Amino acid sequence: MRRLAPLALLAALLAGGCDVGASHKNHGRLTPHTLEAVRSRGYVRCGASKEAPGFSGPDESGRWRGLDVDTCRAIAVAALGDREKVRFVPLTGQQRITALQTGEIDVLPRTTTWTLRRDAAGINFTIPTYYDYTAFMVRRKVGVRDLAGLRGASACVQSGSMTEVILADVSRKYRLALRPVIFDNVQSTRQAFLSGRCDALITDASALAALRATLPGRADDYVILPADSNVAPLTPAVRHGDDQWFDIVKFSIEAMIDGEQLGIGRDTADRLRASADPNVRRFLGVEPGNGRALGISDDFAYQIVRQIGNYGEVYDDNLGSRSRLNIPRGLNRLQRDGGLMLPIGFY
Amino acid sequence: MRRRRAARGWGWWLPQVALLLALAGLVLVVARTVSDNMERQDMVLSLGFLRSTAEFPIAESFLAYAPGDTIAWAFVVGLGNSIALTLLIIVLSTMAGVPIALARHSGHMLARTLAGGFVDLVRNVPLVVQLLFWYGVILMAFPPARAAAQPLPGLFLTNRGITVTTVGITGTALPMIVTVLGGLTLTLITAWRGHLHKASLCTLGTIVAGSALWIVLDLGLARDVPHFDRFNFTGGLTLTPEFVAVLWGSVIYASAFAAEIVRGGLDGVPRGQWEASRALGLSKRQSLRLVIVPQALRMIVPPMNSQFITILKNSTLALVVGYPDLNFVANTAINHTGQGLEGVAILMLVFFTLASAISLAMNRLNARVQRGGA
Repeated sequence: MRRLAPLALLAALLAGGCDVGASHKNHGRLTPHTLEAVRSRGYVRCGASKEAPGFSGPDESGRWRGLDVDTCRAIAVAALGDREKVRFVPLTGQQRITALQTGEIDVLPRTTTWTLRRDAAGINFTIPTYYDYTAFMVRRKVGVRDLAGLRGASACVQSGSMTEVILADVSRKYRLALRPVIFDNVQSTRQAFLSGRCDALITDASALAALRATLPGRADDYVILPADSNVAPLTPAVRHGDDQWFDIVKFSIEAMIDGEQLGIGRDTADRLRASADPNVRRFLGVEPGNGRALGISDDFAYQIVRQIGNYGEVYDDNLGSRSRLNIPRGLNRLQRDGGLMLPIGFY
Repeated sequence: MRRRRAARGWGWWLPQVALLLALAGLVLVVARTVSDNMERQDMVLSLGFLRSTAEFPIAESFLAYAPGDTIAWAFVVGLGNSIALTLLIIVLSTMAGVPIALARHSGHMLARTLAGGFVDLVRNVPLVVQLLFWYGVILMAFPPARAAAQPLPGLFLTNRGITVTTVGITGTALPMIVTVLGGLTLTLITAWRGHLHKASLCTLGTIVAGSALWIVLDLGLARDVPHFDRFNFTGGLTLTPEFVAVLWGSVIYASAFAAEIVRGGLDGVPRGQWEASRALGLSKRQSLRLVIVPQALRMIVPPMNSQFITILKNSTLALVVGYPDLNFVANTAINHTGQGLEGVAILMLVFFTLASAISLAMNRLNARVQRGGA
């Protein structure tokens, strides 16, 4: 009996611990109406990462910057009309999905790859904001030219990501006998690679490009090799059970993509309100209806493009030519330019 | 005892029952809230995920594992790593703790000061920091794989780990191994019971039988010499820097605590016992072995129980240096399946069970020691 008492207590604690995670100080129930909750709270809560240059992280002055951050600000503009009405919750790879499920955040734009099991496990993916691929980074002087050259190599990888599965898959598929060295956070993984514990570092190509940009020495001291032909769509996700919020997030993202397609940017948005093109007029809310259908302001797309910019501008700011990373647009060009960014109609 | 309890009236029972009901009610309310919340989030409590395939790799393990095994097996593999690590730390740190305690007790000034300084330094720095420190030392101080240091033939030190030549038996060795292990167990049992003469006969028998089987089965020895293979050593046995860091760091840390426990036990034996045993003409070594240690053990074993449980729980810190213990595997599985509650519940249950097992074993030992039959 005495042995069972702690077990019962354990069960109670377990239940209690979970309850703490799920309850909210701001509203007692996990409301299915995220928009209402966001409005009464006055800001959007976004899952973010502190160490994903180009995607999410505070800059020297403490201001959050990155593609994911701008996506989140776009959602804040759609819901509340102001890009500043947003708070960023730094999350690790392990915490992020639970944080979304338990209502700690309203939306998870943090470089999360859309996968079947994650989708099935209780979250909904919206629209990809970045098409990434997984790659190995190797020191140039090692002289590795392709995957086969990596046979028997040690590879540093972060746990809890799709990357470790891809590492295992590639190793099995091509019989590379790779030796994984697995850490639970980004910093340790990178540090181990840089100190020579591993021959290769495997992660998203964008993150490798970002890392390479911050390392001393010439950028071409390191080679980046695609690990497989799969494309990883980094996609903001929302909780199950709130279709309205799901739609709002989708069209906040689409507003940036459509904006680029229509040639509407930060500088041209105001001028184009006088355009005769019905597509432009609908997009900017000059002809009303789109916003109301979503339950938000009719000029939300105009506000997003004016306050944040269209997808091309946001990309250039954070990842492209105006950033330190200078990653070519590649797959992330608009569909009409040969990329995968698909504008969905604002009708 | 029983009679007194039975005589108690309602005045004693009512508050007890009320408290129990209140507790049960609290548990029920919490459980309902959780299940409601989970239902709202479309989360389902189920252990079914354990049967699905674990696609993720595990860096190293004592049990064989490959991506493609089930998640349940991945948990077992992590558990194997945790148990092996914990046992190694328990044995090594206790073995290291005793001489440190004796050094703190000795009349030799330098030994006393060094041991005292070691204990102070190690006890006052958090274990996580120490593990990261040792890991950093290994990565920095050991040469890269291409320029391996070779302090002894067949032993290579690199920042990929410590690689040694292993010697394996060729041929069907199972009958011989079983015989030798059986003989050794028998020897240990007879020695434990105090039949030293029989024990030595057992040892002799084991050696004879083992050698005979070796010749009959035509067994041979083969060396597995590690060789450098473009990136890493293959062959032999490699202890990875992650494993070495967590084992070394934890042993150092735990040995300081073990030393303090042992010292406390020695200090707890009244001075008169020393003086009396010396007066009987026993040497210092004899007094220690025959008089002091049996009494000190009574004070050492109970705190050692919690020391061992602490070692078990601290083994979960292995993940900071990338050693895949059960905690690490569970976190990975949770991340890939989204079954957070179940994963944490399994973790808690397993650690509770392991800690209970340690307690049980130590309580048995304690009962023996307190009876004076150590």
